[in-house]
Amino acid sequence: MAAFTEWLKRALLEIQEYTTLAMATARCAVTRPFYWHDFVEQLDAIGIGSMTVVILTGLFTGAVLALQTGFTLDQFGARPFVGRLVSASMIKELGPVLTALMLAGRVSSGIAAELGSMVVTEQVSALRALGTDPVRKLVVPRVLAGILMTPILTVVANTVGLLGGWVVSVQNLNVASGLYWSSVVDGLFLEDVWMGLLKPFFLGFIIVTVGCHVGLRTRGGTQGVGRATTNAVVAASVGVIAMDFFSTQLLLELLF
Amino acid sequence: MAPFPEALRGPARGRPGDEPVVVFEGVRLAFDDNVVLDEISFKLYPGYTKIFIGASGSGKSTVLKLILGLLAPDAGKIWVHGRQIDRMTENELFAVRDHTGMVFQEGALFDSLTVGENVGFKLYEETDMPLADVRTRVEEVLGFVELGPYIDRRPSELSGGQRRRVAIARAMAFKPKLLLYDEPTTGLDPITALTVDAEIIKLRDIEGVTSIIVTHQLRDAFYIATHGAGRAPEGHAIVSATPEKVEEADFVMLRDGKIVFEGSADELRASTDPYIRAFLS
Ligand SMILES: Nc1ncnc2c1ncn2[C@@H]1O[C@H](COP(=O)(O)OP(=O)(O)OP(=O)(O)O)[C@@H](O)[C@H]1O
Ligand SMILES: [Mg+2]
Repeated sequence: MAAFTEWLKRALLEIQEYTTLAMATARCAVTRPFYWHDFVEQLDAIGIGSMTVVILTGLFTGAVLALQTGFTLDQFGARPFVGRLVSASMIKELGPVLTALMLAGRVSSGIAAELGSMVVTEQVSALRALGTDPVRKLVVPRVLAGILMTPILTVVANTVGLLGGWVVSVQNLNVASGLYWSSVVDGLFLEDVWMGLLKPFFLGFIIVTVGCHVGLRTRGGTQGVGRATTNAVVAASVGVIAMDFFSTQLLLELLF
Repeated sequence: MAPFPEALRGPARGRPGDEPVVVFEGVRLAFDDNVVLDEISFKLYPGYTKIFIGASGSGKSTVLKLILGLLAPDAGKIWVHGRQIDRMTENELFAVRDHTGMVFQEGALFDSLTVGENVGFKLYEETDMPLADVRTRVEEVLGFVELGPYIDRRPSELSGGQRRRVAIARAMAFKPKLLLYDEPTTGLDPITALTVDAEIIKLRDIEGVTSIIVTHQLRDAFYIATHGAGRAPEGHAIVSATPEKVEEADFVMLRDGKIVFEGSADELRASTDPYIRAFLS
C-alpha cells in the first residue's frame, strides 16, 4: 500500500512537471527570442532524417493491407473494392499512428538521449549560466519542428501506403490499375481526410514533448541517459496510442 | 529589487566605498535529508579572490551554483552585484548572470558546436553584437588562453587541459565582472595547471575581475593567492604579489556544510587545527 501511494505520488509529480514544461513551451513559442537556426536544424533532423523509416513503414503497411483485405473481400466476391479499404484504413488510422510510433522510436529516443547527455554533462546548466533559457533554445525548436513535420511525414506515409497497396492489388490480386485508384477515391470522405491530417499535429506534439521532458529530467550519469532513452520510447509510444484515441474522439465530435 | 542593506556594507575588507560583489547571509541548502550547506555567510569585494577548499562533497560546487542562481537556497539571503537573488525568478536571474561567468567542473562545453561557437555563444545568441565583432572578440580571448589555432575544432578533438582553457575563454568572452572557477586545474599536469593559474591571475589583476576559485589543488590555490600579474614590456608577467595583494585573497574551508576556516594564505598555513593540518599535508 505504501509502495502504491509512493508510486502514485511520483506519477502525479511526473504529470505535473510534464504539464509545466508543456505550458512553458507554449509561452516561449509565442514570445521572443526565437532561435531560428535551431528550428531549421530540427526540421532537417526530425523531418528529412525520418523520411526513410516512414517511407518503408508506409509502403509495407499499404501492401499488407491490400493482401489481407483482398483475401477477405474474396469471400464476398468484392475484390475490386480493395482500394477503398486500403485508403480508408491507411488515411484515417494506420498512416498517422504507425508514422507516429516510428517517430516515437526514432525522434523521442534521440531527443531524450541528446538532452539527457546535455543535462548530465552540465551543458544545460551552462546554457542557463550563459543567459539562455533551455526551454527556448532546446525545447521550442524541437516541438515546433515535430508538430510541423509529423503531418508532412504522415502524408508521405499515406501516399506510399496507397502505392504499396496498388502494387499488391495489381500484381498479386489482379485488380486493374484504374479500378484500384477509383476505389481508393471512393473510400475517402472529406471528414476522414481531415481527421487523418489533423491527428498528426497532436501526435507530433506528444512525441517531442515527451522526449524533451524525459531528457531534461535525466539524473545519474551515462546510465541515466540510457534509462531516459528507453523511458522516452515507451512513454511516447503509449502516449501516441492514448492521444490517438482522445484526439479521434475530439475530432469525431468536431467534424461530424 | 531589494537594495543592498547598509548594515552589510562591512568595513572589514575591501577598499573603502566598495560594495561587495557577492554576499551570503546564513545560507542553508539541503538535498532531501542531506544538509549540504548550513548557515554559510561570507562577503567578496571587487577585485578580491575567494578560494574555496574542502573535501569532496563538502558543497563547494553548490556554492557556485547558488551564486549563479542555478540552485535556490532553502534559507538565507544571497546578493550578487548588489541585487538579492535568492527569491528571483529565472527570468530576473538572466540579468544578473550577464555579469557572471562560470567555468564548470567538467568544462560543460557544447559538444555540438565548434570551439569558436562555444566561446562566442553568449555574444552570438544573446547580444546584438555584429558577427564580425564577435569573431574578433572570440579570436582575442582564444589568443588569451593560447588556443587561437583551435577555433574551428570540436571540443571532442581537444585534450582535457585545452577544454578547460576553452571553458575559461567562454566564461570570460562577455567580460563578466565576476568569474567562478570550479576546479579549473584538477586533472591537469603541473605545467598546464600553471598556465591555467596564470590565466586566472591575469584576468584578476589586468582585467580587474573578481574571482571565486574552488579547488582541491592547494599548490594552485597558494600560487594564485600569492602571485600577481603586471604589464611588462613583453606582454604580461606573473610576479610575486605584494603583502597587501596577498591579503586580497581569502581561503574558505568547508566541512560538513559549515565554514571552518576563513583567512589569508599565511593564516591558513599557520593554522594549528588538526583537520586543516591534515588537509594541508
Ligand atoms: N542535484 C543534486 N541532488 C542531490 N544531491 C546533490 C546534488 N548536487 C549535489 N548534491 C550533493 O551535495 C553535496 C555537495 O556537492 P558538491 O558538488 O557541491 O560537492 P563539491 O564540494 O563540489 O565536491 P567535489 O570536490 O567532489 O566537486 C554532495 O554530497 C552531493 O552528493
Ligand atoms: Mg565540485
